[in-house]
Order: sequence, then C-alpha cells, then structure tokens
Amino acid sequence: MSAETAEFPLPRRDALNTPYWQSLEEGHLSFQRCGECGKAWLPPRRECPHCLSPEWRWERAGGQARLVSWVVYHIAYHAAFKDRLPYTVAVVELAEGPRLISNIVGAGDPEALRIDQDLRLAIEHEHGVAVPRFRPA
Amino acid sequence: MRGRVVIAGIGQTQFGALPDRTTISLNAEAVRKALADAGVEKSAVDALFVKFPTSRFEAMYGQTLAGALGIQPRIGGVWDQGGATNISMISFAAMAIENGQCEIAVVTLADNPKTGTRQAYEKAWGEDEVFGWFGVPPGYAMIARRHMGEFGTTSDQLGAIAVACRRHGAANPGAQLRKKLTLDEYRQSRIIASPLRRDDCCLVSDGAAAVVVMSAERARRLGVKAPVPILGFGQGQTSWEVAQRPSLTSTMAAASAKTAFAMAGITPRQVGVAQLYDCFTIAVLMTLEDYGFCTKGEGGRFVEGGRIEFGGELPVNTAGGLLSETGMPGMQLITEGVRQMRGTASLQVPRAEFCVVSNQGGIMHTHSTLILGQPA
Repeated sequence: MSAETAEFPLPRRDALNTPYWQSLEEGHLSFQRCGECGKAWLPPRRECPHCLSPEWRWERAGGQARLVSWVVYHIAYHAAFKDRLPYTVAVVELAEGPRLISNIVGAGDPEALRIDQDLRLAIEHEHGVAVPRFRPA
Repeated sequence: MRGRVVIAGIGQTQFGALPDRTTISLNAEAVRKALADAGVEKSAVDALFVKFPTSRFEAMYGQTLAGALGIQPRIGGVWDQGGATNISMISFAAMAIENGQCEIAVVTLADNPKTGTRQAYEKAWGEDEVFGWFGVPPGYAMIARRHMGEFGTTSDQLGAIAVACRRHGAANPGAQLRKKLTLDEYRQSRIIASPLRRDDCCLVSDGAAAVVVMSAERARRLGVKAPVPILGFGQGQTSWEVAQRPSLTSTMAAASAKTAFAMAGITPRQVGVAQLYDCFTIAVLMTLEDYGFCTKGEGGRFVEGGRIEFGGELPVNTAGGLLSETGMPGMQLITEGVRQMRGTASLQVPRAEFCVVSNQGGIMHTHSTLILGQPA
C-alpha cells in the first residue's frame, strides 16, 4: 500500500467520544471530570477510573500543557505516515491533569525539545477532522 | 514454599526462521525435549500452562495444544500477560502443586512471527492512530526519552546493554544472532524511533521453549538429575497505557521484585547472575533500578564499564537474551537461568548462588520475577 492510497486512520466516533471530537470542531479540547470524586481524565471512559462513578461531565481545557516525553519516528508503521517522516509523537499533560497522546508542531528540531517544557494547544485539521496538537509555548 | 518446588527439565527448539512449522508443532518439540530432560513420561503430566503465540491470538489454544500432545491435564489453558506470562505461569504451577491441584506441570511457549503471522504486533494504540502512534519500539522510546530527561541517561549507556547481550549471544552456539556489537557500531545503528536505534530492539524469531515443574520431593523420587529450586516469585501490574501512566520511569517491576526477594529471603546484593527481559535496552536499565540493584536514575551508570558483561560484577543475559539469543518473549531467560544454576551454561558464571529472572509484557504494563537457586 503506498502513501498515496493508504487510508488515513481517522478517529472512530461513537456515542461516548462524539462530544470530545465535536468540541474540537468548535475550537476546544475537552476532558471528563468526575461528579463524585472530582478527578479529571482522558481518554473518554464511561466510568471514572478513580472511583468508578458513572456520574461525570465534560469540561473545556484552558490549552496550557507540558511535555512529558516525545519520540521522533524515523520509520513508518502505517503506510499513511511514510511521507511525513520524521514526525513527532508526544505524551502531553494538560494543566488540568489529564494526559494524552498528541503531536508537537512548530518546534523546529524536535531533538531540541525538553521534558516538562511548556506547550500550548494548537487545534489543526487532519483530513478534515479537528485534532488536538501542541506547540512550544 | 521457598525451594519446595523445582524446575526439573527444560527444552527448546532452534531459534530463528523456522518456516513450515506451526506453533503447535514447535510447542510439541519443546515439550518433548523438556520431558526428556526431566526424565518424565508424558503420561505423568497433569497440568499444561500455555502462553498463547504472541503473534496471533487463537481461542482455546491451550486445549488444541493438549490435544496435539495427547494429554488430558487436570489444569490446562492459556494465560496472557504478554512477555510476563511465562514466569507467572511457573508461579501458578508452583502454587497449584503446593496445594495438591496437580503434580507435574509443563509450562510452554511457541511463537512464529518471523515466518508466520505478526498479526498481534500490528495493532494500533487505542484511538491515537490519527497522531501516528503505532508500533512497539516507539512506546519504549517514549519511556527512554523521559528517563534521559529526568536522569541524564545517555544513548551510549543503552548501547552498553546491547553490547553486553550481543557479546553473550555470540558465545551461545544456539543463538539466532551471533555477531558481537561494538559501541561504535551501536552509534552507527539506524534510528527507528528516536531515541531508540535498531540495536536497542530485540530480534524477531520463530521458536519454542518449555519447562517441567514439580515438587522437590517428587523430583527426588523420580531421580531428576539437577532439579533447580524455585526460591521466590512475584508479580506487579503497571497496567496504565503509556500516556496515562503517572510515572514513565518507574514501574510495578519494583513490587514484583519486592515480593520475590522477600519470598526467597535474599537481597539483590546476593544475586550473582541475572536474566532480565531485554525486548528493548531501556527495559533492562529500568529493571535493574526497580529491582534495587541500583537506585532509581543510576541505571545508566550501573551498566557502564562492563559491569553487566560476563566477568563483570553482575553478568546479565548470559545467553544473549531477546537482543541476541532469540526474540522469544521470555522463556529463554528462564531456561538460561536454569542452566546457570545447574552449572551447564555456555558462559558459566562461577560462584553465582542465585539467579534472578525478569519477564515483562506490553510497554512495561506487566511484570513477573523469578528467583532460582542451585540444585541441592
């Protein structure tokens, strides 16, 4: 499968995660917060992973974050990413607590990034879908 | 129950590319050899603990294998902790034997991702495909980068682990990759997912290995030649996906080792040889820290200067490990631990009273520890 014909792997929406992706279309990154214990998390779950309560709500993130770690891909594990090499995938921690996988953009040389450096949310469109990426603050 | 259960026999196939063999056939060969090594008749086996082929999940695989082996064990089935499975199954076998649920257990693993399917390795990570988050090496690279940032661990220090395992594998006639590696060659090795290079990554291999577990008392009655006592075991689950894990640089390997060392009644300082799961170099480094061979953050300095090479203070992966003997997920570390305790290893470490073996699975999601002693 060549990079041109490889189907790009877009998020599969379901009843649980649709508000998350819908919120990104509207310019906001959202996470879940438990109505009982108050803890916050991503990715979307039906039960709070801390107290198992099914009572939670969506909250908007402020957009501030820090870089927990990152890798730079030099080989593609999916044909759709062949022509993007090298690209950066990171673990990002939102100021509100939840962590997520994302890409770092606008960083120049990705090897010059530093752990714990400040990041800022940068919502971008990927094949027409709004996705949360981050750039150095 | 320290020392009351033993590993009575070990068996393995060749490692490398073994086309036209099913995992059932590979398992059968390893089991036949392990039973012969223990001097046990197949009809005496009443438990069959199976790690399903990592390369492809198949429902009821444990029953299919028992059928192929022509046995109807009391206990039998598949357990899944990825690469941590083997030691966990040996632990479950030991506990079952101790409690009269079975008497002679076979624990076995076969895999053929090199010439067969690699279906299970090709899955994407959750819903994060849109970011290009694929593959196993990048998961370990994510951990390695954080370790470098927090503690100043260097690429050369990871390289020292690859150099040690490759040196040991080169001395093992049964190893898949018998080519020594210099630190300079390591530095030239191509980057897969920065900061990890190709030579930080384990082999892809076909093959099988099995062990026979029974009580020390039963081994005595059967006249087993060199029963290796199981002194301690433990497990620990880190469980969270890499992105959700509160800390990337310490895992529940620490809890696993704590349980195992307490059961064995020894400390890491008394361990003379170690077989540590080396799917990627960073896993060895963090296991050394989490087990207490050095403090957290000191793993990089610990592996420098040949300390983990044959002749060093703590030889690690004396048959080559996953980086050089075979990419098999974990059983080869147990069989080499048994050879070291019997005194029959290719690179036999002198005066090693105890051997610690680590198994781990996923991206450091799950961990299991085994401590072996010398035959009585």
